[in-house]
Amino acid sequence: MAGSYANSGEYIKHHLTNLTFGQKADGSWGIAASADEIKEMGFWAINIDSMAFSIGLGVLFLWLFHKAARKATTDAPTGWQNFVEMMIQFVDETVRGSYNKKSKLVAPLALTIFVWIFLLNLMDLIPVDLIPWIGGLLGLPYLKIVPTTDPNVTFGLSLGVFLLVIIYSIRFKGPGGFFAELAFHPFPKYMLPVNLILEGVTLIAKPVSLALRLFGNLYAGEMIFILIALMYGGGLALGIFGGFLQLGWAIFHILVITLQAFIFMTLTIVYLDMASQTEDH
Amino acid sequence: MNFNATLIGQMITFAIFVWFCMKFIWPPLIAALEERNARISEGLAAAQRGQQDLEEAEAKVKDSLNEAKTQAQEIINQAQKRANEIVDEAKESAREEADKTVAAAGVEIEQQVSAAREQLRKEVSTIALAGAERILKREIDAKAHADVLDELVEQI
Repeated sequence: MAGSYANSGEYIKHHLTNLTFGQKADGSWGIAASADEIKEMGFWAINIDSMAFSIGLGVLFLWLFHKAARKATTDAPTGWQNFVEMMIQFVDETVRGSYNKKSKLVAPLALTIFVWIFLLNLMDLIPVDLIPWIGGLLGLPYLKIVPTTDPNVTFGLSLGVFLLVIIYSIRFKGPGGFFAELAFHPFPKYMLPVNLILEGVTLIAKPVSLALRLFGNLYAGEMIFILIALMYGGGLALGIFGGFLQLGWAIFHILVITLQAFIFMTLTIVYLDMASQTEDH
Repeated sequence: MNFNATLIGQMITFAIFVWFCMKFIWPPLIAALEERNARISEGLAAAQRGQQDLEEAEAKVKDSLNEAKTQAQEIINQAQKRANEIVDEAKESAREEADKTVAAAGVEIEQQVSAAREQLRKEVSTIALAGAERILKREIDAKAHADVLDELVEQI
């Protein structure tokens, strides 16, 4: 499989590059043909594959769950509704366990995060060469199908959560209360700058750790899949060994992708809960 | 790790998805779940009530059965008593009837005996008369000695 690339470094690089649309150096708009072109495009470019797969999977999630929601009956649930209700109950229980206030937003938010991220991660289990190969047939230079290996996606999610954390903090504590929390802890008031730095770091660490954890896990997982795929080019014995390795890693990854989705959801709930705590701690 | 507008696109997409989920997916499903929970607990309570009702009904049935049994026993006892009385009465009346019959028969027998005796006496007197006639031959006139014969009949 790695045969059509100059070396394995090229192969890995290719598989970890997004299909990016933006303004090229010569002023024309189009799809970047190389990593250097992507760099030249700067901020105002968009990763088409990340967007397409994440929106597609998100719409799939909403469509499937909406189908169950429309037909929701109080009779004994069957088939798909059963599964959807199981998910709803699972998320509802998690939210009840961690979030202490009443909120119409938190539970649907948690459900969306969990299922969406799970689906995005699930793309990791599709053979690494399959989709880029199909993309190649369609004339696309790059095609990375795991949106969560794109930091744009994970940071997009975590910044969304971060905005909510700030909104909730201001809503429940008031702007003054929110500032007081940042400025007058953990040291007394006269050490305000130190407090601001410390609490500011704590605050910023939330979205950054949230995004990087997800990105790091999935990026590393994808990298290992690619490395295993490289073994298929190394002869029969190495290929068979690689096959077993890939199977094992894929099975292990079923756990990882679910766990990462769950962690993202739980931490979101916990952060929002901390943001809505009004009493002094 | 090069950041570009995908970041903003993701945030917008994320917001829309969450909004859609909050608006159209979560509320109907959680409502259905809660309603089902209510229905289940209602059903359980109804089952409990039914169980209780059943137990009460069973107890009532037992009571009624016992009462009916007692009543039946009473009726049977009364009937037995009445039957005994009837039998006794019948025996009594039969005995009386028998006594009466026996008495009547006794009287009749007495009458017949005395009638027979009378007749026998008459016959004996006639035989005696005939005997005497034969002995005395024409000498004795029955009419003339009628008073003597009557006296004889009386003595026999």
